[in-house]
Amino acid sequence: MADARGGNRYARPRPLSPHLSIWKWGPAMLSSILHRVTGNAMATLGLLILLWMLGAIAAGPQAYAVFAAVMGNPVGIIVLIGISWSFFNHMCSGIRHLVMDVGAGFEVERNNRAAIISIVCGVVLTVAFWLVILLK
Amino acid sequence: MGNGTRIGKVRGLGSAHQGTHHWLLQRFTAAGNLVLVLWLVFSLLLMPGYSYLAMASWLASPFAATAMVLLIISTFWHARLGMQVMLEDYVHGANRFVAILLLNLIFVAAAVFGIVAVIRIALGAV
Repeated sequence: MADARGGNRYARPRPLSPHLSIWKWGPAMLSSILHRVTGNAMATLGLLILLWMLGAIAAGPQAYAVFAAVMGNPVGIIVLIGISWSFFNHMCSGIRHLVMDVGAGFEVERNNRAAIISIVCGVVLTVAFWLVILLK
Repeated sequence: MGNGTRIGKVRGLGSAHQGTHHWLLQRFTAAGNLVLVLWLVFSLLLMPGYSYLAMASWLASPFAATAMVLLIISTFWHARLGMQVMLEDYVHGANRFVAILLLNLIFVAAAVFGIVAVIRIALGAV
């Protein structure tokens, strides 16, 4: 007989993991959730904008003019800044993940420092990218 | 299998030997994305402007068209894998099955659209 938890009614209750509200925030948690949020932002909005750009160029000058007008106005630029920050943040924390994949950098001090560095680098690279674009 | 608890059944079945496949593909495509999206970033930085002619002639070159097709394959694959992990965390039961099915259909269709657009630009629709 299955109960609400999907287990056997007569079995010992399985241990449950504590959820978000109980943990104290730290750099690793922030880096983790930013990695997920920026990744999903790019997977949805970022790729949609990329496809719109490619489709508009393929369709011709008029279609591209619509794309350029939407992306060139202040709201469009803010969205593009968000997407570019998503990429740089995701890239930096992704590199941190690849380092951790080989088993390195799990000491609390180093792990927290790398998390903070990846977040700061993401912001710095975004600012540098837009300075080059807008000062051109 | 027998009539044991669910955890007992799983222990009896053992590993499906597929556990690392998704994880490895996520890393392979991550390496691809690192190279290809940085190519896109530097290409955009080095372009003199973003007029229709500038963009179309840039993507019409064989090198840029090849890189863009590879970028579409690598990023869409990586995004699909990542969104699957997100859905597995937040969506449960039959809804999860439907969500991941839709995810696969949408990402394959969207990636093909992007590749067709690049091919059209590269083969001189401009």
